[in-house]
Amino acid sequence: MTKKIKNLNLNFGPQHPAAHGVLRLILELDGEVVEKADPHIGLLHRGTEKLIENKTYMQAVPYFDRLDYVAPMNQEHAFALAIEKILDIDVPIRAQYIRVMFCEIGRILSHILNVTTQALDVGALTPSLWGFEERETLMTFYERASGSRLHANYFRAGGVHQDLPAGLEKDIAKFCETFPKIINDLENLLTDNRIFKQRNVDIGVVTKDDALDYSFSGVMIRGSGIPWDLRKSQPYDCYDQLDFKIPVGKNGDCYDRYLCRIEEMKESVSIIKQCLARMEKGPIKTFDGKISPPSKAEIKQSMEALIHHFKLFTEGYRVPKDEIYTAVEAPKGEFGVYLISDGSSKPYKCKIRAPGFSHLQSMDYLIKGHMLADVPAVLGSLDIVFGEVDR
Amino acid sequence: MNNLIDIEKKINSELTTKINKTSIKHNQIYVEIDKDDLIDVVLFIKTNKDTKFRQLIDITVVDYPEETQRFKIVYLFLSHEFNHRMILSYSINENELISSLTSVFPSANWMEREVFDMYGVNFKNHPDLRRILTDYGFEGHPLRKDFPLTGHSEVRYSEEKKKVINEPVKLEQNYRNFDYKSPWEGTKYIKEISETNDKKN
Repeated sequence: MTKKIKNLNLNFGPQHPAAHGVLRLILELDGEVVEKADPHIGLLHRGTEKLIENKTYMQAVPYFDRLDYVAPMNQEHAFALAIEKILDIDVPIRAQYIRVMFCEIGRILSHILNVTTQALDVGALTPSLWGFEERETLMTFYERASGSRLHANYFRAGGVHQDLPAGLEKDIAKFCETFPKIINDLENLLTDNRIFKQRNVDIGVVTKDDALDYSFSGVMIRGSGIPWDLRKSQPYDCYDQLDFKIPVGKNGDCYDRYLCRIEEMKESVSIIKQCLARMEKGPIKTFDGKISPPSKAEIKQSMEALIHHFKLFTEGYRVPKDEIYTAVEAPKGEFGVYLISDGSSKPYKCKIRAPGFSHLQSMDYLIKGHMLADVPAVLGSLDIVFGEVDR
Repeated sequence: MNNLIDIEKKINSELTTKINKTSIKHNQIYVEIDKDDLIDVVLFIKTNKDTKFRQLIDITVVDYPEETQRFKIVYLFLSHEFNHRMILSYSINENELISSLTSVFPSANWMEREVFDMYGVNFKNHPDLRRILTDYGFEGHPLRKDFPLTGHSEVRYSEEKKKVINEPVKLEQNYRNFDYKSPWEGTKYIKEISETNDKKN
């Protein structure tokens, strides 16, 4: 007698706590083994690129916060750098340190979220409770500098919007002293934890060649043993003056990627400390009145400043015709902006290269042959945020 | 062989007829080719030991509705070995079919689906050319310049029909695109660092 066996199709999401947002994953299961995974994305598509084409360069910055909303300023950085390179303007050194410092704060924000939710996905509750307390502190730093906890809109072409308020530097320094202990606590809970290791070691292995072929970047490529970090290899702002190490994995599995993230957080703390130590009082944005708006006090006294203020906030500044691709090492990988300007005050085209997009694409390759229970573990280690995947 | 100029020379000498134009700008190499040579050129830059552009970063399209060849297809490559970036491009007409890169780079799959979704450019030999970012049943290609910012249809839950429905966009006020452009240039105005700089303006 022959029996007909049919594979089971399982719909994972779009609303699933382990999907880290709105992911619809169509899984084809043979028993408990995944045969095929087909991610359906776009449920959070907002048409960011289309909107940016219709906004001036300054108005486009807030859209970058909404991409990877757990590390907003890292995205703004890519856009600001692209405009700066086209306009060929220098950023004052204090602004560079402030930007790098907040990018590293963003990296910690993102890595805490990822490490702790990954632990949550495989069954550990406590890390997320401890980690989120620290995220709250970091978001207060965001708030004190920019006025909002998440959607900062803080970076500008040529610097940052405003100087740090009094006392913030001291509080960030204090955080740098206490935070390593929290990382240690998290490590105590997870690194040698038997269950955590059983769920992550040798799961979702990526070989070096595949990491390149699938356009991986960031922790995904470093976890597989390729020492590649844009902060080192193509340094932007003041990264070339700072001293930090790039943790590299060995086996390319979920566990190595977790270890990389933990080490990166430690390095980020050290970068923040260095920034704080080297930061001196000084200007925080470029002096070119055609690009950075004048201060309120100046507007009251100078006619020219008033005109500039009006022109900058209506027409915006014009960017000469050019074409450029700029990338930064965002917490999730290479975040790039391919910008085409046409000489007007609005971008002609702004393609956003989100790391999560190519990472999620490899879901089928990563999960094939794994058990259903490994899907959240692999998904967690990819570090997916739908704001940037769907744009 | 790890200088951008060397790479430019290498590409020009090895692929002579296939390259239309090369230039170096912003520490990146810009290469223009013909649409039919895509696979050959990409295979060469990926495998040649002096170029090694092993990673496809992104694929995108730029829409120039006024030009005869409407779409400019852009490929971004990265060479980890030599730490260089390349921007490869070619132009096509509106309804032209172009070859898919999925056989060379598996990651091209979703990137090409996005291009298809956003611009309506069709690929041949693509294993799975579906829409990716827009809704199921969406019509039109949003990133084309002639697609309105507010779109054509909006979605809502209908209480009468007890389901989600699509209907034409109704706006209380249309999107207003103000034209602030003016020929005004003003003087060259660089603020000074000193506190009392208002007299100098």
